[in-house]
Amino acid sequence: MSKIMAEPFLIGEAMTGGYGGADILHACTIAVDPGQIAVIVGPNGAGKSTAMKAVFGMLTLRAGSVRLKGEDITALTPQARVAKGMAFVPQTSNIFTSMTVEENLEMGAFLRRDDIRATMEQVYTLFPILRDKRHQAAGELSGGQRQQVAVGRALMTQPSVLMLDEPTAGVSPIVMDELFDRIIEVARTGISILMVEQNARQALEIADKGYVLVQGANRFTDTGQALLADPDVRKSFLGG
Amino acid sequence: MDILNALVAFLNFVFIPGVAYGAQLALGALGATLIYSILRFSNFAHGDTMAIGTVFVILLTWGMQGAGVSFGPLPTALLALPFGIALTAMLLLATDRVVYRYYRRVKAAPVILVMASLGVMFILNGVTRFIIGTSDISFTDGERFILTAGDFRTWSGLAEGLAIRTTQGVTLVVAIIAVAALFWFLQKTRTGKSMRAFSDNEDLALLSGINPDRVVAVTWIVAAALATTAGTLYGLDKGFSPFTYFQLLLPIFAAAIVGGLGSPIGAIAGGFVIAFSEVMVTYAWKKVVTYLVPEEMAPSGLLQLMSTDYKFAVSFVILIIVLLVMPTGLFKGKSI
Amino acid sequence: MSGAQMTSQATSTGPGRGLLLAAFVAALFIATGLFQSWTLALLIVNMALISSIMALGVNIQWGYAGLFSVGTMGFVALGGLSVVLISSAPAPGGWAAGGAGIVLGLAMGAATIAAAVMAASKMGPGRRRTVVVAAILIIGFFLFRAVFDPAVQAVEANNPATDGNLGGLGLPVLLAWPVGGLLAAAAAWAIGKAALGLRSDYLAIATLGIAEIILAVLKNEDWMARGVKNVISLPRPVPYEVDLQRSQGFVDWALSWGFDPVTASSIVVRLMYTGLFAVVLLALIALSQAALHSPWGRMMRAIRDNEVSAEAMGKDVTRRHLQVFILGSAVIGIAGAMMTTLDGQLTPGSYSPLRFTFLVWVMVIVGGSGNNWGSVLGGFLIWWLWVMVEPIGNWLMVVITSGMADGWLKAHLINSAAHMRLLTMGVILLLVLRFAPKGLLPER
Repeated sequence: MSKIMAEPFLIGEAMTGGYGGADILHACTIAVDPGQIAVIVGPNGAGKSTAMKAVFGMLTLRAGSVRLKGEDITALTPQARVAKGMAFVPQTSNIFTSMTVEENLEMGAFLRRDDIRATMEQVYTLFPILRDKRHQAAGELSGGQRQQVAVGRALMTQPSVLMLDEPTAGVSPIVMDELFDRIIEVARTGISILMVEQNARQALEIADKGYVLVQGANRFTDTGQALLADPDVRKSFLGG
Repeated sequence: MDILNALVAFLNFVFIPGVAYGAQLALGALGATLIYSILRFSNFAHGDTMAIGTVFVILLTWGMQGAGVSFGPLPTALLALPFGIALTAMLLLATDRVVYRYYRRVKAAPVILVMASLGVMFILNGVTRFIIGTSDISFTDGERFILTAGDFRTWSGLAEGLAIRTTQGVTLVVAIIAVAALFWFLQKTRTGKSMRAFSDNEDLALLSGINPDRVVAVTWIVAAALATTAGTLYGLDKGFSPFTYFQLLLPIFAAAIVGGLGSPIGAIAGGFVIAFSEVMVTYAWKKVVTYLVPEEMAPSGLLQLMSTDYKFAVSFVILIIVLLVMPTGLFKGKSI
Repeated sequence: MSGAQMTSQATSTGPGRGLLLAAFVAALFIATGLFQSWTLALLIVNMALISSIMALGVNIQWGYAGLFSVGTMGFVALGGLSVVLISSAPAPGGWAAGGAGIVLGLAMGAATIAAAVMAASKMGPGRRRTVVVAAILIIGFFLFRAVFDPAVQAVEANNPATDGNLGGLGLPVLLAWPVGGLLAAAAAWAIGKAALGLRSDYLAIATLGIAEIILAVLKNEDWMARGVKNVISLPRPVPYEVDLQRSQGFVDWALSWGFDPVTASSIVVRLMYTGLFAVVLLALIALSQAALHSPWGRMMRAIRDNEVSAEAMGKDVTRRHLQVFILGSAVIGIAGAMMTTLDGQLTPGSYSPLRFTFLVWVMVIVGGSGNNWGSVLGGFLIWWLWVMVEPIGNWLMVVITSGMADGWLKAHLINSAAHMRLLTMGVILLLVLRFAPKGLLPER
């Protein structure tokens, strides 16, 4: 990558830190541009989720910085980052189970004081099944549908960056493909997607950019296709 | 066999008192369950919050009576109630600021918050006694009965009388209004929904930009309204004494747990379950049964399952049974 | 003083700190003796010793194992009951009137519960089991009432002005202390079987309820301990003051030291109680310390600090909790028996959860949960305060209102000083929780 390239839309640069105790991340850099899908992959315990949480401000960095549109947001709380246009879908407990689908979406838009109906309509267009189930408690839905609610809730803030922590964990392969299709659709609307994935091969296939992390540091960084083609990556991380 | 008289006796001695008591417990349990589900601790000071809220209402009532204000046939206390709620809300917000907020900041274990609520319980209990003493106080005024036993007998020609006290009627009407308002608030308003979201999934609520301080403050205000209303209705119906209110803690928590701690509907259902069980187990059924069986079979004993002194045992036994059979309560409560 | 300072102060501990605090509390009692009276000081010391034992019991449950039980009052009351059952004179008239019926009734009640429990555990879950268990309980209840009620009426009709109960066994009163512990332990076993393993909030509510039920039984089952009619003039383990005053030897001894025989007799009697109580306290402390530092105690604390991982390591957490719950309750029961012995009477009407449950909790938390000596310190300090806050409050109110014109407000303020106790205890509890959460003597 050349130095002349413009500053990425969102970048966590040379991030070092952990949850108190020993550092988990070591000068790790993650970046994404508008409309792009960036995927973080790597073996278990590589610090994938930690890297994403660092970008979102859920742990304190000892070194490095996070910048959004060139603005340094390293010191901001996650809540403040939400207000800046970042949205985060946690891996678990990512919906309000006792509330209806529609209420989940309303809560996603809590910070907005304008009319949210158009955004809600967009979410329903993206995930038609949610429209049918909008008065049902979100906790009663299937795994894949719950993930759709989770993504929908995050989209309600009209974010410029959507961060997903293992969105396909625990869903069937068919549902996974369907979810990835939706994520591509979201990216096409100009939203940057930053995603941690356990299913590395499938995720890299849709990735504009892939980050392979090992022990909290960048090991390989390239386009998704290039990583898929790289024999080293294939051998070590994609099972041949 | 005299079904009509038996029915009237049942309504008069079991059903109407049960409904009134159930409504009072339900309001108390709603407050406790709300605090549990949003602030995530069992508030042992809830009984004493009801007491001090009622003290405010009593003082205001006395002031209004002194100034010649009256609510016609209804108790003056109803006019004082909104102001009593406001004072209680201010008190609870101050308590939160001085006591509980610190423990939320340091993310203390729920049991530490319960201990802190014990301290608040002591203080509120002391303040209540300090202000109003320990004697029983009756502060109801206006018309005593909606329907007197004598009028009912004349009207119906039955031997049994049916009396409905104003305080019983007022309890039911006010409780229905309060519950309807609460559910409307929780289900339809933005703030109410944000409280439910916070109770459901605190982390996600924070990610959605819900302001926790605001949720906490609104919760205390709603809890103050529920506690003061419950306390005032109970006091109008049965008289006020600080110690009784402290003891209400048990049936209130039993109601909340039986219904499913954290579930508002459960708190209401639990309140009525506990109230009716207490009334039915401690009622002497002799009168009702005498009407129902042939004369020669009339019972000689009181047919009272348990003496009224054991009413706590009733709430307790139901509590244990429900916990053993349905650990999350009648309506699935939340467990943290 | 800022919060940070106080917290850091609380964490810096050493043997010196404990001695300093003990000296401070001792000074409070000596000052009470010097400025008020030694009889009063000894009276407070005796109740403080008993309070310390109660606090020790709560500390075993909470400090060792993290069990949030607020049923202390019930166990104290059971201890008191044991004094009546063991030491008061038997009432042959009562036994003749309905003793057999009561015993038979109680046996039937116990058999009913045993049968229901057995049916519940033997049969598979389902509607049939519910029906069978319910049927056993309902039929058993009515049979029990049919036998029990007439017997109770007969007993209570027997000489109601003085007896109306079955009386006790007429045994030495000191025997009632261990029996009080056993009674409390048996109750704790039954409660623990039902309520342990529940979430901590539920356990708290359940124990609060049990305590109220035990008290209700004591108040209403007149055949047992005369209910709210109270059992008075229970035998004492020490001589009566009047007997001492009548004894020529004692009077001569007192006069030879220059004491007034009347004052000397009451001081000597109280000192005897002090000695007895101190022996029990020291013995219980020795046992508790040994238990705390045994492998059992270490395991207990391991469970308290991380229940999940202890369970994963194969520890039977509920069983351990049951053990510690029973032990702590037994200690509280002993203290309850000692208190009734000291009072010489059982007055069920005087038990309240604020005084006998939550005040003991304040002692434990102020003293330092997990530390046995902390419980003793808390017991002495808080009990002294509990007794002294009222006169201090009175004096304060008189000072505050001295400038006021006589009138309604002044009278109200002076009368209300009596309620300063609860207020003070609440403030102390909150201050300790906030600024020295580990208490005055933190656990090591």
